[in-house]
Amino acid sequence: MKESFDVLIVGVGGQGTILASNILGEACLVAGVSVRGAETHGMAQRGGSVETHIRIGGVYGPLISPGTADLIISFDLLEALRYRHFLKTGGTIITSDAVVIPTSAFTDGAEVPTTDEIMERLGDVSCTAIDAAGLAVEAGTILAQNVVMLGAASHALPLSVEALREAISRCVPPKTVETNIRAFELGRACLEQ
Amino acid sequence: MNIRYMLGNEVIAQACLEAEIDFASGYPGTPSSEVIDYLRHQKDRDFYVEWSVNEKVAFENALAAAWTGIRSLVTMKHVGLNVAADPLLTSAYTGVTGGFVILSADDPYAHSSQNEQDSRRYALFAKIPCLDPASVREAHSMMRAAFAISEEVGLPVLFRPTTRICHSKSDVEPDVPGTGHRIGSFERNPQQYVVIPKHTRVLHKKLNEKQPAIAEMFVDRGFNTAEVRGTTAIISGGIAASYAEELISDDVSFAKIGAYPIDAAWLKAFVDQHETVLVIEELSPVIEEAVRMAATTTVVHGKMDGHLPFEGELSPAAVAQAMTSAGFAPTKTYPVVPPEEGIPARPPLLCAGCGHRAVFYAMKKVFKDGIFPSDIGCYTLGIQLGMVDTTICMGASITVGSGIAHSGEMRPVVCTIGDSTFLHTGIQGLLNAVYNGANMTVVILDNRITAMTGHQPNPNTGVTATGVASPPVSIEAICRSVGAPWVETVSSYDLTGLMQALQTAKDREGVKVIVARQPCVIAARREGIRRKPYVVDPEICTGCGLCVKFGCPAIEFHDGKAVITSLCSGCSVCADICPAGAIHKGGKQ
Ligand code: SF4
Ligand code: SF4
Repeated sequence: MKESFDVLIVGVGGQGTILASNILGEACLVAGVSVRGAETHGMAQRGGSVETHIRIGGVYGPLISPGTADLIISFDLLEALRYRHFLKTGGTIITSDAVVIPTSAFTDGAEVPTTDEIMERLGDVSCTAIDAAGLAVEAGTILAQNVVMLGAASHALPLSVEALREAISRCVPPKTVETNIRAFELGRACLEQ
Repeated sequence: MNIRYMLGNEVIAQACLEAEIDFASGYPGTPSSEVIDYLRHQKDRDFYVEWSVNEKVAFENALAAAWTGIRSLVTMKHVGLNVAADPLLTSAYTGVTGGFVILSADDPYAHSSQNEQDSRRYALFAKIPCLDPASVREAHSMMRAAFAISEEVGLPVLFRPTTRICHSKSDVEPDVPGTGHRIGSFERNPQQYVVIPKHTRVLHKKLNEKQPAIAEMFVDRGFNTAEVRGTTAIISGGIAASYAEELISDDVSFAKIGAYPIDAAWLKAFVDQHETVLVIEELSPVIEEAVRMAATTTVVHGKMDGHLPFEGELSPAAVAQAMTSAGFAPTKTYPVVPPEEGIPARPPLLCAGCGHRAVFYAMKKVFKDGIFPSDIGCYTLGIQLGMVDTTICMGASITVGSGIAHSGEMRPVVCTIGDSTFLHTGIQGLLNAVYNGANMTVVILDNRITAMTGHQPNPNTGVTATGVASPPVSIEAICRSVGAPWVETVSSYDLTGLMQALQTAKDREGVKVIVARQPCVIAARREGIRRKPYVVDPEICTGCGLCVKFGCPAIEFHDGKAVITSLCSGCSVCADICPAGAIHKGGKQ
């Protein structure tokens, strides 16, 4: 049995993790690969920490267990740290370099690690942080950060660029296809050697 | 081929269309809500869909529809089935003529629920067939078959997906929606539909007589399958079966339970062929109890001897661990990696500009020593503000409040309940509190919608599930009509007005009702309502941090000054809180 390629997409409710996972799922259909996924719905979407599991080539259950994800795509640097234990040995993290500061930091004085501290704690794994917000704005809208992240992660995904592009144009509102494709290309280009 | 990447609940809705559904009702509840949401928004098939005011109402509506011979569905979350348990247990006696499917979505791990009850127990209790899909694809085929099974055996069928079915996705090949339509026609038959003692005794016997054939049918039709491959076996059901299938080795036998009741003779024949059996299922040991009953010399492992937990949800790693502990080598092992420590939690929060936050703030100011029973909705998040002292089930804020008020407890009781929850099961509690002379304040948090489950309309919204305008009910009129002598309405954004109303309530005896009204900000934004955001003038801000303590996620604090971010929805409440007057309307929309 061929193993699935397991991707965990994490972020803060409202950042578009579900659209990103839909794009990956759709790209699997384009590529003719089986796929399973699991999502966070309901209350956690009110600004809570959210996770989406995608098993590319998966034929069994949708859940990814700690220590087994091939790739973590994180829309928030702090969330990359929170979910890093899902990464398998030798796996990759692609993350946004920005942190949405948890409200508890302001209301209860909760300690939030700084960007440098987070990067240091992630120093022992293959982790690349990109300026997703800046690239999304460059593409035309801050809302396209999720697609920028997919572009950056595309080098690590077992899916062709054509399949991903096709999936984007199928999943996003027709009027925004151009902007999102631009966001994808900018994300992809920023990690090109 | 038309393969799509679909959400479990969408697949379930799609299967209903393919099976020629004629009638659907339900009450929203995570993880079940999207089924009716898909059905009410789709355009492929024309049939009756309603959001009902509670699960009992939804159930009885759908049951009666099935009595007229049409195919009907009722949906709810697991705890909703408690509300509908009264008609459920007797509907098994009356049976149905049209296919009747009860969708009760379980939530192992209580991702979004107050308990982890197992709906399979209800099906066994009621003696009705239960379908328990192991995957999104199976949810599709089982839901398609469910209506016909119901018609064949003349009983309601309980369809029990769990969160990891409802909110999982899979590549699925949907079929086209069915084109046949049935028209309801009620045939008078008191022996079946009037459950007076004389009739019900006969009906109970008939129900019991149906059981063996149903159990056999589930084996014959492949809902329950078994494959003998060795001297040890795994028996599993629900989503756990898909975890087990990934980890089982080729020389271990496998039986999969997709439907209940389980045929005891068939199960015994399978168990008897093995020396050791491990049962893997989430929540209650329903399969395990049947296996233990069937086993004579076979050693049975499962929850009851400690290899698996009775609570929470399973995962591939948890199943692998159970297999190892019971002496079954899994084909994969999972490392035990602890999560990082020292990361601030990121719980869900009331939205920026949510009216509930302002009401809680005012309550805290006026009732410093209050007791605050609450209810189920977004406002349960008020626990983070210290304003939720109890939550047990839908509608219980008012009743718990009146119970405490009558107990001799001297501190003032102020309970909170949302509009949808009030209409669900709050009204009776209010009627009872007024009639029996409780001394308490009831704050109805009226945001005109059922917000937490995804913004479904209710009788307070002014539209039905299918978007047809319907006059919104008057919550104030309901409160007055059940006898509440003092009912006051305030905008949730009007801090001064809220505090005045709460103070007046505090000074009065009896049941006082305050309706705090302001549309949910998310729903309002969807309706196109935009308010100018607020800004902090750094010259005036003294850095006292009072606005920050309010807890709006749009307010941050940097370098000794408050800052309002782009999340601001312009509710204006923080401007009223700031003692320096540093916060004012500004910026672009
Ligand atoms: S969804 Fe609506 S009701 Fe719920 S927290 Fe947000 S604003 Fe409040
Ligand atoms: S006006 Fe103030 S309290 Fe209201 S949403 Fe904006 S920042 Fe939050």
